[in-house]
Parts: sequence; C-alpha cells; structure tokens
Amino acid sequence: MRRIRPETRWAYVFLLPWLIGLLVFQLGPMVASLVLSFTDFDLIGDPEFVGLGNYARMAQDPKVLRAVGNTVYYTALHVPLSIALALALALMLNRITGRAAGVFRTIFYLPSMTPYVAVGVLFLFLLNGQAGMVNQFLGLFGIEGPQWTTDPDWILPGIVLMSLWNLGSTTIILFAALRNVPRELTEAAMIDGAGRWQRFRSITLPMISSAVFFVVIINTISALQMFDQVYAMFFGNQVAQQSHGDAALFYVAYLFQQAFQFLHMGYASALAWVLFLVILVITLIQVKVGNRLVYYEAEEHAG
Amino acid sequence: MTTALDRARPRVEAGGPADDAGRGSRKIFFLVMPSAASALFLYPFVWLVVASLKPRSRTFADPFVPWPHPFAPENYLAVWDAAPMLAWLVNTLVIGVVAAGAVTLSSAFVAFGFAYFRFPGRNLLFGSVLATMMLPAAVTLVPTYLIWNSVGLTGTQVPLWAGNLFGSAFYIFLLRQFLLGVPRYVFEAARVDGASYLDLFWRIAVPLARPALIIAFIFELKASWFDLMKPLIYLQDPALYTLPRGLKAIVDQFYQGGDPKWEIVLAASVITTLPLVVIFFFGQRHFVQGIATTGRR
Repeated sequence: MRRIRPETRWAYVFLLPWLIGLLVFQLGPMVASLVLSFTDFDLIGDPEFVGLGNYARMAQDPKVLRAVGNTVYYTALHVPLSIALALALALMLNRITGRAAGVFRTIFYLPSMTPYVAVGVLFLFLLNGQAGMVNQFLGLFGIEGPQWTTDPDWILPGIVLMSLWNLGSTTIILFAALRNVPRELTEAAMIDGAGRWQRFRSITLPMISSAVFFVVIINTISALQMFDQVYAMFFGNQVAQQSHGDAALFYVAYLFQQAFQFLHMGYASALAWVLFLVILVITLIQVKVGNRLVYYEAEEHAG
Repeated sequence: MTTALDRARPRVEAGGPADDAGRGSRKIFFLVMPSAASALFLYPFVWLVVASLKPRSRTFADPFVPWPHPFAPENYLAVWDAAPMLAWLVNTLVIGVVAAGAVTLSSAFVAFGFAYFRFPGRNLLFGSVLATMMLPAAVTLVPTYLIWNSVGLTGTQVPLWAGNLFGSAFYIFLLRQFLLGVPRYVFEAARVDGASYLDLFWRIAVPLARPALIIAFIFELKASWFDLMKPLIYLQDPALYTLPRGLKAIVDQFYQGGDPKWEIVLAASVITTLPLVVIFFFGQRHFVQGIATTGRR
C-alpha cells in the first residue's frame, strides 16, 4: 500500500473545514433540493413522490410566467443601463487627477453601503406617486410623473430606476480596468491623429473588454436573483401585496413565498433548480461568446 | 507580493491620459460632470436624513430644501419607543462580527492549505472551490432550512452565522492568491527552525495576510449587515431581529399598514444605514481594493 505523506495529511487537515462545508452546506443541499423537487413536501408530513409533477405545474403556473417575465424585463434593462452609466462614471473618474478622484469615487460608491431594505424603503418615499421627490422634480419641468409604486405598468421601471442608484461596485471594477490601460497606447494613437471617440472605440474599449465582460456576467446573475429591495417594498404586507397585483413579482420572491409562506418545499425546490440551470447556461453562453469578443493580453504575448 | 491586489490599487496620483486637458476650461468641465453625478448620488441621502428630522405633516414637503424645517429631532426618540431599535442594533453588530470573524479565519485556514501544500487532487479541489461560487443561494435554501430545523435551531440566530465556520469560496480564493505571493523561503526557514504547520499558519500566514484578512472581514460584515432573507426565514421573535429585518417590520406596520408614521420609518432607515456608512469611511481603501480584486459586490 502506498504510504500517505504526512504533508498530504496536514494539507487535508487545513482543507477539512471547507470539505465539511462543501458536503453539508453545498453538495448535500444541492442534491437534496433536486430530490425534493420531485416530491410534494409541506414540512409536516413525509415527502411524497410526484415525479415531474412540480415541473409540469411550473409550466402551467401563470405566476411563474409573470415572475419570469418581470425578472427578464428587469435584467434586460438593468444590465446594459447600469454598465453604460458605470462606464461613463469610470471614464469621468479617469480624467480627474489628484485628491478629487478619491472624493468622487467615495461619493459614487456611497449608495452601495445602504442596506437593500433601506434602499427599498427610501425609494418607496422618493417614488411616491403623489408627493415623492422624483415626481416633484419632474414637475419642475411640467412633466406629470407616473404612479411609480402603485401603477402596475410603472412598478418595474421604478425598480430599474432604483437599481441605477447602486453603481458603486461596477464603477470601481471598470475604473480599475481603465487605470491599467497603458498610456503609451492612447498617446501613440493621439500622435497618429486618432480622435477622442476613435481612441475610446479602438483602444480603451478593447483593453477593458474583459472587465466589461466580467461585470456583464455578475450583474446579470445578481439581477436574476433580485430579492431584498423588492421584498422590502412590495411583499410581506397583505395590503401592499394585493394593491399591485403581481407587477413586482420577481422569480426569487415567488420562490421564497412558495417555500416559506405556503410551505410548498417541493415546488420551491423545482423553482430553485430551474433557476440554477438557467444561470449555469447563461454563464456558459457568456463565457463562449466572451472568448470570441474579449481581447486578452496574454494571447498577444503568446502569438 | 505583486499579485492582483497591487495591480488593482488605483494609482490616484498618476493622472489620466496626458491629453489636451491642460486648458483651464476643459479642466473645469471635467469637474462639473462628476460633480453633477455626485449630486444625483448624494441627494437621496440628504433627503432621507432631512425628512427623518421633519414632522410627519412635512415629510414630503419641499424636497429640494436641504435642511429640516420645522426641525423635529424628537422623531429619533419616538423610534426607540416604537421598536426595540437598540436590541436590533446590538444583534446586527454581534452577528456581523461573529459571522465575519468566522468566515475570515476559516477561509484563511483553508486558503493556507491550498497555497502552501502540494498534494494530489489540489487543482481539482481548488476548481471546485471556484465552481461553488456559481451556485445560486436559492438552490440550497430549502435543504439548509431543513438542516437547521432538524437540529432545532430555527428561531435562533445560529443559522445566521454558523455556516460561516466552513469558509467561503470568494474569500478562500482571495486569500490563496494573497498567500501565493508570499515567498516560499519565508515558510521554509521557519520549518527548518522547527515550526509546526499550525505555527506557519498562525505566526506567518495570518500576520502577513492581514490586508487581505481585513478585506474579507469588512466585506462579510457588510454582507451580514445587508442580509434580509436569512433573518426572514429563521427569526420569529422580534427581540432577536437584525436591523434590516426590524426595518421591514417597521415598514409593514407604519408605512403600508393602516397607521402611517413616516417619520418613524425614515428615522429607522437612517439608523439602519448610518453605522455602515461610518465603517465605510474608515475602511474605504479596503473596499476599493477588495472590489477591484474579487469583483465582489
């Protein structure tokens, strides 16, 4: 028998906490939720096997359709808008020299230090249809603002607006990438007579493409799992929940309701697994597409 | 060490592209734009604080006047009477520190294992650390609840931090990268002097990794302070609530319920937010580095 080196044994001692965590809190629950997704389980009785019943039910559940629609709508608006605005902020920061840059960076990041529940609460006030600051601001220009928090057609745009207050992390990631663009490149292009837009388009953007691509992925994944802010604003309270119909029903919020309000643990597990697969597929697609679009410095050196 | 941490540190002094930015008018233009953007980001805070210091009848009045009129600081007395804010603040702080301390130390322990030792299966195992980052929390939500339920710990604060004792992929990754930057001879020299592996971890790796440990601690403190879902699932007794959970209860009662007391909701929102903003001002440098290095939000 091959002897295990003491060093190897020690290595596993150090990995032990993570291995236990992996089994008990990651792999175990992952498999368990897959198994539960084939059952009816209300926490009181034993799980009852229903085959693909939960998945069939999902396909016919109008609320799932609504939640998916809302979540996709939000993601499709939030991701491009948040990245475009964060890129604009990062480019601004990149033009500033000295202490001012640090001050502005702090201010841009500050909203990200506001707990999501407080963000949701704050925007309930700011977006208030009758008297909120947003509509009073629009009123200065003679625009009559919509009922952001009660009109089903305007709830999602309001949530997107709220999400754009929180650009801190995206801005910092893109700013760090901009800082790493070699100055010689832009200077050389300038000498060659390239204009501002041309330099941005053919030098800056390719040089930061891997960072842009990275924030596209993480912002998409987190947008699909939107929960805290909408739950704080529109759920948990019967009055609030009924007044807006399902206009603010996000996928994870519905999953949470099914699991912990109605105790449909099996159904919630099926919802969770579909979300997991969707996120997996999106990540794989983005990585594949990214490999074609992103400029990696290493390739240049290798070639 | 010259890992991502160093590269990612913004070079504030270095300045942007040495364009034609020398002319005064242009310089001013490049300060006007970010100032306008700053106003947009800051003003909601100003409004929140100002509105929390106004009487209820004036909550929505004059939103563009940046001082409270009339001044009603008694709102902050009323909020302590309306809800156990102090208990919630203490709960949040204690849980946050325990959760952050646990995840930082356990992640460092595991990261040292990955960074120092060479053993069969290391790359595969490290690959699975990275893979778990992709697992959405929703997938493990129900079974994790069942685990805590089966050991009778639902209704307590234990589920809010105990999972952190086993390390977390993000921090393991961050700390391993950091420790890989420590020259190997530093460890080998100590080995020759008879130090045990635990000594290497505790006396060399931990002190050297301090900057990265601080990043992990601050990030987890923030994540724990933000968390709404776990307190919603596990806490029933209002005395055990954290600030976000408590704020949610206050909104349900005093905003959407039949009894609107906006000044209470606003003052509670300020109390929930302010400690983190203070922490941010002290730990700012670490936040910026942490985000630039790990991409964590």
